[in-house]
Amino acid sequence: MDEILTYAQAAPAETVVYATADGLLSSVWLLVAIPLVSAAVLLLLGKRADRWGHWLGVASIGAAFLLGLASFFSLRGLENKSVELSLWDFIAVGGLHVDFGLLFDPLAGVFVLLITGVGSLIHLYAVEYMAHDPGRRRFFAYFNLFVAAMLLLVLGNNYVMLYFGWEGVGLASYLLISFWTDRPSAATAGKKAFLMNRVGDAGLAIAIFIMFATLGTTQYDEVFSNVGALAGGTVLVLGLLLLLGATGKSGQFPLHAWLPDAMEGPTPVSALIHAATMVTAGVYLIARSNVIFSANHTLQLVVVSVGALTLLIGAIIGCAKDDIKRVLAWSTVSQIGYMFLGVGLGGAAYALAIVHLLAHGFFKANMFLGAGSVMHGMNDQVDIRRFGGLSKYMKITWLTFGAGWLAIIGMYPFSGFWSKEPIVVAAFAREGWSAWLFGGAALLGAGLTAFYMTRLFILTFHGPKRWTEDIEHPHESPPLMTIPLILLAVGSLGAGWLLATSVPEWLTGTGGLEAAEEHHQGALGHAAITTLALGITVLGAALAWYVFRNGTATAPQPAGVVVTAARKNLYTDTVNEAVFEKPGIFLTRALVYLDNRGIDGLVNGLAAGVGGGSGRLRRLQTGFVRSYATSILTGALLVVAAFLAVQAGWLA
Amino acid sequence: MTEFVLPPIDYAALAPILIMMGAAVLGVLVEAFVPRRLRHPIQLPLALLALLAALTMVVLNADKRVITIGVIAIDGPTLFLQGAILVLAAMALLLVGERAIERGGAFVAQAAITADSPDDRRQAEKAGGAGEVYPLLTFAVGGMLIFVSANDLLTMFIALEVFSLPLYLLCALARRRRLLSQEAAMKYFLLGAYASAFFLFGLAMIYGFTAGLGDRAAGVDFATIHAAVANSTASPVLLFAGMALVAIGLLFKAAAAPFHVWTPDVYQGAPTPVTGFMAACTKVAAFGALLRVFHVAFEGARWDFTPVLGAVAVLTMLVGAVFAVTQTDIKRLLAYSSIANAGYLLVGVLAPGRDGLSGTMFYLVAYGFTVLAAFAVVTLVRDADGEATHLSRWAGLGRRSPLYASVFTFILLAFAGIPLTSGFTSKFAVFAPALDGGQTWLVIAGVLTSMVLAFPYLRVVVMMWLSEPGESTPTVTVPGGLTSAALVIGVIATLALGVAPGPLLDLATGAADFVR
Repeated sequence: MDEILTYAQAAPAETVVYATADGLLSSVWLLVAIPLVSAAVLLLLGKRADRWGHWLGVASIGAAFLLGLASFFSLRGLENKSVELSLWDFIAVGGLHVDFGLLFDPLAGVFVLLITGVGSLIHLYAVEYMAHDPGRRRFFAYFNLFVAAMLLLVLGNNYVMLYFGWEGVGLASYLLISFWTDRPSAATAGKKAFLMNRVGDAGLAIAIFIMFATLGTTQYDEVFSNVGALAGGTVLVLGLLLLLGATGKSGQFPLHAWLPDAMEGPTPVSALIHAATMVTAGVYLIARSNVIFSANHTLQLVVVSVGALTLLIGAIIGCAKDDIKRVLAWSTVSQIGYMFLGVGLGGAAYALAIVHLLAHGFFKANMFLGAGSVMHGMNDQVDIRRFGGLSKYMKITWLTFGAGWLAIIGMYPFSGFWSKEPIVVAAFAREGWSAWLFGGAALLGAGLTAFYMTRLFILTFHGPKRWTEDIEHPHESPPLMTIPLILLAVGSLGAGWLLATSVPEWLTGTGGLEAAEEHHQGALGHAAITTLALGITVLGAALAWYVFRNGTATAPQPAGVVVTAARKNLYTDTVNEAVFEKPGIFLTRALVYLDNRGIDGLVNGLAAGVGGGSGRLRRLQTGFVRSYATSILTGALLVVAAFLAVQAGWLA
Repeated sequence: MTEFVLPPIDYAALAPILIMMGAAVLGVLVEAFVPRRLRHPIQLPLALLALLAALTMVVLNADKRVITIGVIAIDGPTLFLQGAILVLAAMALLLVGERAIERGGAFVAQAAITADSPDDRRQAEKAGGAGEVYPLLTFAVGGMLIFVSANDLLTMFIALEVFSLPLYLLCALARRRRLLSQEAAMKYFLLGAYASAFFLFGLAMIYGFTAGLGDRAAGVDFATIHAAVANSTASPVLLFAGMALVAIGLLFKAAAAPFHVWTPDVYQGAPTPVTGFMAACTKVAAFGALLRVFHVAFEGARWDFTPVLGAVAVLTMLVGAVFAVTQTDIKRLLAYSSIANAGYLLVGVLAPGRDGLSGTMFYLVAYGFTVLAAFAVVTLVRDADGEATHLSRWAGLGRRSPLYASVFTFILLAFAGIPLTSGFTSKFAVFAPALDGGQTWLVIAGVLTSMVLAFPYLRVVVMMWLSEPGESTPTVTVPGGLTSAALVIGVIATLALGVAPGPLLDLATGAADFVR
């Protein structure tokens, strides 16, 4: 315990060096430019682009994916595997030099593939999903804008570039959550997301300021090479502020409340931004800054605690929700908690968290799109109590959703097993009591995940029909929607194994991530943990099947303390309201009162005084030369008198 | 009897003055002998050419530092200010020469015809404008060129009269509202003569004071006065009373309170192009003379005159800002704004050293461009009876003619000192050296009155954009080429000096050295 809480300096980080990009890699800037230009074209052309705009949107992301793939493979041949491309001097003020530069390394590479790969599938899906929406072109413009900003976020070679992309995705997220501006709930959710993100963004901004103040630079290589020289306290504050930024963007405790509300946006938005990519930006930030987080053990403990707490919160609330997208959203919160747990554990677990992030990108996007497909067939119904028996009507959606379900609960051999189980093992590999605490939380979370996802799956696709009366024959979605579903389902099935075996090795090319130390024997053996995890998963799933095999009531039922609390988001919204919103409103009212009565009164009084004075003094301007001459004479006498007074020393 | 020897004359140094005076005489001859039809097409190019030639000579003289025939000092400030007067006068001349907005231009054909008589109404409708305005304007510019280069008080006085008399006449030549115009000219003349008397009285006292110098003859050239301030045995009462009276004469021309009383009436009554000319060029000339008198002749008494002139500056800023708040006529509003600007310029005059000098010169140029552009817009907003200067008539102008309303908004924001306009950089250029020189109280007064002054400007902006256009909202006449040129030059200069003031500031700093 004591060792953990001292500001123990880990071994000083090694110097981080990036090579200069040449050949194909010198065109990585196109990755950001292509979607950005597409977004600009869609926004500027307006209605003229309505007929073909969505295809331009899909094509631009497809092109970015192909370019990303080519860059990825050309990176493999390199020895350093990290290349930098400095485009121009972005900010040069005094001692501050910020490069407009890009960094393409293994970490950025896998993110680029995830964003453009899953992104292009979701774009394709959205062509059909948004087909009847008059704002489809605008939707694709924002969507492309988001991809451009997200790529800038992961490709920047310094923290200011990252912040640039960070704000960009925040903007795109805000625009897309409130896409249906005529719905008050969408507008409110957009505002909520925006405000909670501001809190995190402020933390990130201050962290960048601290970097500049203490290290004089925001470039990744220079920051990572010099962070070892900083005082322990500075590193702790820096890390906590970065973590605050990460929790805001990734929907982690205590800034998690916006993410479920963000489901007010169109379903493809939920799939791409609020499940697969943007919300993982926090994980990216911590993984990218692993040198800083590894430099301080207290910091790692905080990250692990945030991750563990959030994964439990998300899982518990997920069990009590009835809205299909909300359940998935809380499950996203919970799964990102796993990733935070992973990056917080440090060492080799960084890579494990990234693997889980990639796998999660696939199966969560798959399930969101599946949910969209269900809603599409069910008149936009989102309440899982009003589904049931859909497996007969939507075969493809059912099968692909099933693949995602098996992946997320971590069933062997689906991708979730390969990505989640190592994190549980790594949590148990900690020393002393914390192994049991965090390992136990991860295991418990796995059981809860199995429970709520099975509940979702059974209530939606099996059991008796509980549809609303206006639905007679739910229909399967058209091919443009099902093809992305099938491709993502394949990813959920197979990708996990592929990722778990190759990615950790691949990621060692990223600065600071090469510390793949040997696992020492943890609190439990590896085999024991695997067995336990699978057992708990099966138990959770079986329990859910037993309870919900015959459907459920179509209205909320009275429930015990725990379920009521979970339905109310474990009272976190209530706490936010009581601690921040109410005092905030009171403060605003007080300030408005002060402004109206005090400051405005003073200002208005002054203004009235000046105006009144001016009006009265105007009468002195009579228009008669005689009175003008008199006033000049008076003034002259006064000036002469003043000069003489000065001369006589009266004014000295 | 001593032989009379001609002093050596540096004709190149005097060339700008000689060119302007020569062109003015030529202009008078043109008025006398050329048929009426041809006068305008000859006079306007003649005056413009003279201004260009004089400007060329000023540029060619750029490195000259001489005092020729003992009375004309050609040095950095002289050349800078002469250049400024010539450029601004050329802009004003473009406004004066505009014939496209109104038949025959803004000037009356026969000033002697009784105002509002049937003859007068006929000539207002039909007759072309007077050609005399060109030689008068050229004479005035020539007088200003002498005024800013005068190296003794007597030359300065003569130059003052040389440029004032044509101005009095110019004020009386408005085509519309002739009674108002004649009244303005009369007031300006009477009060100008009155102020000249103060100046002359002060001159005499200073002469008396220099008689106390043991080792050199008495005189009113600035070198002698400078020496006398340091070690004259005469009573200092002579010096201080004389300094006060000379200052009053100059402050009258500069429109500083409490010697500003003529300004609103004259600015309102004079033909608008002439008002612009006075607001830009007369201001440059008056402050050029103030700078020379107080930086060269009376420099040794800096600690004595600073508090008094500082009080005048604060009073000027206050009067300009407070009176501007309740004005209802755009020309009177601009007149009070010009008074307040005289206060800010005085802050620059009182800031010691090169920076104060160069800042004041920069301010004069920047303000000149902006104020000429402002009056150019005023000439465009008109109805059947001529210019519509009452502010209520400007309500909703933004709907009727968004382009000119935008231009005027930009100009008003420049007056208010918003960054990215020359109004900001020029205020900074005079306040910064004043702050460095320890004149913090002047800067505080300047900033506070700027805030008050922003109100009347913004009121006009609000009126133009946020009010519904009424029945009486006048149209904006599409300007002729000359007014457009003046307007474009003024607006571009206002923007350029706001965004990149460096070159002109460097030029002003490089020129900030008087010869003694």
